[in-house]
Amino acid sequence: MQSIDAIKEQALSAVADAADLRQLDDLRVQYLGKKGEVTALLKSLGGMDPGERKSAGQEINRGKQAIQQAIADRKQALESAELERKLAAESVDISLPGRRQRRAAVHPITRTMQRMIDIFGHLGFSVADGPEVEDDYFNFEALNFPPHHPARAMHDTFYFPDGRLLRTHTSPVQIRVMQSQQPPIRIIAPGKVYRSDSDQTHTPMFHQVEGLLVAEHVTFADLKGVLQEFVNAFFERELEIRLRPSYFPFTEPSAELDVRWDKGDGSDPGWLEVLGCGMVHPNVLNACRIDSEKYIGYAFGMGIERFAMLRYGVNDLRQFFENDLNFLGQFQ
Amino acid sequence: MRFSVNWLKQWVATEATPEELGERLTNAGLEMDELALAAPAFTGVVVAEITACEAHPDADKLKLCQVSAGDDPVQIVCGAPNARVGLKAPLAQVGAELPGGFGIKKAKLRGVDSLGMLCSAKELGLNEDADGLLELPDDAPVGQDIRDYLDLDDHSIELDLTPNRADCLSIRGLARDVSAICDAGYRPPTIDKVAADSDSTFPVSIADTAGCPRYVGRVIEEIDPAAKTPLWMVEALRRSGIRAISPVVDVTNYVLLELGQPLHAFDRDRLEGEIVVRRAAAGETLVLLDEREVELSDRFLAITDRSGVVALAGVMGGLNTGVTEETRNIFLESAYFDPATIIGKARDIGLHTDASHRFERGVDPEGQVMAIERATQLLTAIVGGRPGPVTETVSADTLPQRSPVSLRLARLNRMLGSDLTVDDVSKILESLNMRFERPGSQDSNAVWSVLPPSQRFDIAIEEDLIEEVARIYGYNRLPLRTPEGEIPTPVLPERQVPLRQIQQAMCAAGYQEVVNYSFIDQPDLAGFEAEGEPYALANPLSGDMAIMRTTLLPGLLKSLSYNQRRQHARIRLFETGVVFSATDGAPAETLRLAAVAVGDALPEQWGQAGRPMDFYDLKGDLEALLDLRGGGQQVSFARSDCNWLHPGQSAELRIDGHKAGLLGLLHPRIQKTWGIRGEALVLELDLPPLMDRGLPKAGPVSRFPAIRRDLSLLVPENVPYSEIEQVISISSGDLLSNLVIFDVYSGQIVEKGYKNLSIGLILQDVSSTLKDETVDSVVDRVIAALRGQLNAKLRG
Repeated sequence: MQSIDAIKEQALSAVADAADLRQLDDLRVQYLGKKGEVTALLKSLGGMDPGERKSAGQEINRGKQAIQQAIADRKQALESAELERKLAAESVDISLPGRRQRRAAVHPITRTMQRMIDIFGHLGFSVADGPEVEDDYFNFEALNFPPHHPARAMHDTFYFPDGRLLRTHTSPVQIRVMQSQQPPIRIIAPGKVYRSDSDQTHTPMFHQVEGLLVAEHVTFADLKGVLQEFVNAFFERELEIRLRPSYFPFTEPSAELDVRWDKGDGSDPGWLEVLGCGMVHPNVLNACRIDSEKYIGYAFGMGIERFAMLRYGVNDLRQFFENDLNFLGQFQ
Repeated sequence: MRFSVNWLKQWVATEATPEELGERLTNAGLEMDELALAAPAFTGVVVAEITACEAHPDADKLKLCQVSAGDDPVQIVCGAPNARVGLKAPLAQVGAELPGGFGIKKAKLRGVDSLGMLCSAKELGLNEDADGLLELPDDAPVGQDIRDYLDLDDHSIELDLTPNRADCLSIRGLARDVSAICDAGYRPPTIDKVAADSDSTFPVSIADTAGCPRYVGRVIEEIDPAAKTPLWMVEALRRSGIRAISPVVDVTNYVLLELGQPLHAFDRDRLEGEIVVRRAAAGETLVLLDEREVELSDRFLAITDRSGVVALAGVMGGLNTGVTEETRNIFLESAYFDPATIIGKARDIGLHTDASHRFERGVDPEGQVMAIERATQLLTAIVGGRPGPVTETVSADTLPQRSPVSLRLARLNRMLGSDLTVDDVSKILESLNMRFERPGSQDSNAVWSVLPPSQRFDIAIEEDLIEEVARIYGYNRLPLRTPEGEIPTPVLPERQVPLRQIQQAMCAAGYQEVVNYSFIDQPDLAGFEAEGEPYALANPLSGDMAIMRTTLLPGLLKSLSYNQRRQHARIRLFETGVVFSATDGAPAETLRLAAVAVGDALPEQWGQAGRPMDFYDLKGDLEALLDLRGGGQQVSFARSDCNWLHPGQSAELRIDGHKAGLLGLLHPRIQKTWGIRGEALVLELDLPPLMDRGLPKAGPVSRFPAIRRDLSLLVPENVPYSEIEQVISISSGDLLSNLVIFDVYSGQIVEKGYKNLSIGLILQDVSSTLKDETVDSVVDRVIAALRGQLNAKLRG
């Protein structure tokens, strides 16, 4: 019978050479199995002198443990090699595109409108809406446009045979809101508006966002402040603004707001008109049964297309309504 | 309003450059639209006199002129028909550079030396239509640079005036405002009364005193019909955008520009009886100066004589009584017409005149006499004649009454957020020529009682004065306050699906949002049945934008076909917007979502076999939208009988039993009409019911395992799945936690008339682990119900 050392030597060498798990298992059976060589050695301990048995037994067990450890180590090594082979075989071309539906986008006007709603939302304005078919009262009269007033000529109005009309601005929503609630009022009204005009810079339908704030302590300074904040937030940069006196029948004082705009073509930044605003005319407050001595209001209105064009570099207004996928696809 | 800067500077002592002036006007609410040179750049052109003129020896149409510009005459070959001895005209000397960089050199024309060029107004860039040499007055100083002589280093400014600032439709009004804006002296020229040189008057009476509170008239006799309008006046008119016509007309236009008061000159000898200002009678007609005949009604204010209407008040005179080359005696009209009476009348007859523009907005009610005196002064200087006395017919009680407007310092500062003082405000009011008493109080109790000048009738209430003060002080000098303070509680209705969430869900499903006009063409609706009557515009821009859309589909189909023609094969589009219908006359607006899709279910890709999109893809996209609602009202689908969808592949969406939309394959007939390539799937939904949702409500969650049993059923072919689902869900009771249908097969191996459905029942109890017997009994109950109610059987 071989000594444990010899067996161990042979076993360790065989284990190191085992090419696969099966060979390794055969080796386990050969050395450590019921009829294995180490087991046989252990069985032989019974015939030994009790004095020698202890030390011999310890020696055999150490040998056995070494073989067991070697088998376990080899097994792990073989298994991980096996796994690596398998994984390597499963490798895919990760540069191929993923399997999917293609995501589309909202229209740039919707995108711009949502941005405006969000910015004004943070400034405390909630969204109000009104019908697109209006009557003369809401679109003009309550907004202090006297019948046949030249200011009406600035609004080329679409009429219906029954005398109703398509709203020419989102300002009628001011009236609807003020007639249904008392101050404080802090709303914006985004939506479609219509004017009978069609050329390179006009489309018969376009979009506006109206703003209205009525409270006891409101000033022209607050109007300037909120609009400065808005344009800065919208364009994500500090823009110089200026207000110019203007005329709207429903505000007094009235103003147009210009921003100092760098076209980015090397030319000097010029003033660009972006919106109209003013302090709500007392006749308008009174028409809505709001005490114009107690309350002061400001209002503003802006064209959404105008802001979208500036923000995204759109040069032709009419592109918004052609719905060409090659154009719309750029607003992902 | 277009004006010459140098003309304005005769009235106001400002040193501002034209650019600065434009900037200041803009910042004061008088927006500059255009700044133009009075004449293009040119050099080397002087006043010269033709001292000799003879025919060119070798050319019929050319003349040989000796021209003096102060020194020895030079020889010029000239083709102008009006070249003649004694004529003074501009001479471009050798070395001159004319507009466009055209250099003048010594030349030989048909063999004769020519040392320069005599110029027309066109060649100097003054008048595109001019031909012949520009004839200068006899007293033009020979040798003077023409730019100096004609004051050509001037600019024209075009203002885009708001309708409230009618006062700035004249040099006079503008000068008044500029003096305040630029803090410059106002220095109006003296307008002296011209004494009468005859007793001639023309009788005037006013029947409609409300429409015409004041009518000032004057006869001027024996004017010189051969007189010419002086060049300075032609130039002033030209730089204001008005073409010179004849001395009398030019003077009335000059005064209109200078003082803002429209005048009309009649040929006195063609007027009969007396002038009566009255409403026109229905059916009366007038041939206007532009030779158009208009039919009038009692809405129009008319100037009449015994023969009938001779002028349309505030708009235009009549042809028959107008001034002509033969006119020797004129009657000048300078009236104040009520703006409300004049408004819209020019437009009604398709006109817009300088007079109507001003009368509609309002002229200075006190300016009529001054204007007629100014016109007389100019006319007698130009065409001579003997003026009669000024006659004024006025009804004091219909003239606009001015009452003082009060202005409270506290209110002004409260509205502007400013800290202006009594002095600040008083100074501004003064600069605007407002009449007021300085307030007794110096603190915030200060109140002014202000009487604005007569031409500033736009100022009627306190806010108007606040705007004036703010405007002159400078909007941009006023304080700006960044938002701060309490933040209002946001309004976030959770029971409503936000529109943007729906839009985003559509984008995620591959649908691009489009925006179409709300108006469509009547034929676009052919084939689409609408609820209610279409609502049509009275004044559409064009026939194809005449009616309000009753459905979003025509726009979408148009966008679809537009993009198909641009080589897109797979297209998915959606739009949200209101549709309109007239129900019992009243228009109703409903917010809708519509979508259209053609092409494959998925974009072409390597990892997925291509497959055309079908009804179930569309329905799946809709169901994904419905998922946004969570629970809430019951949703169901019913077969649709809609005539623009494929009868076998279309459905009606019902929410809480009410129709909420349609989806399906577009009917081949409609597809063909719209020229759409390939089958198109469409849906259109009312958004309000879709957006309406309940709040989530938490219930018990089972901690016990679920058991799944799969059934393979043979079901008669005509039984819809919804019935099977319903039978299962009723018969299985509370334990059914989910139901999946994972196969539908109706191919060959299935018994004829039947289809094979594979359904998984997932059962779970909230309070215990399910026992096999319990599950078996549920399944048995389900099978029995299916067999009994639907004639379904288990597949063997």
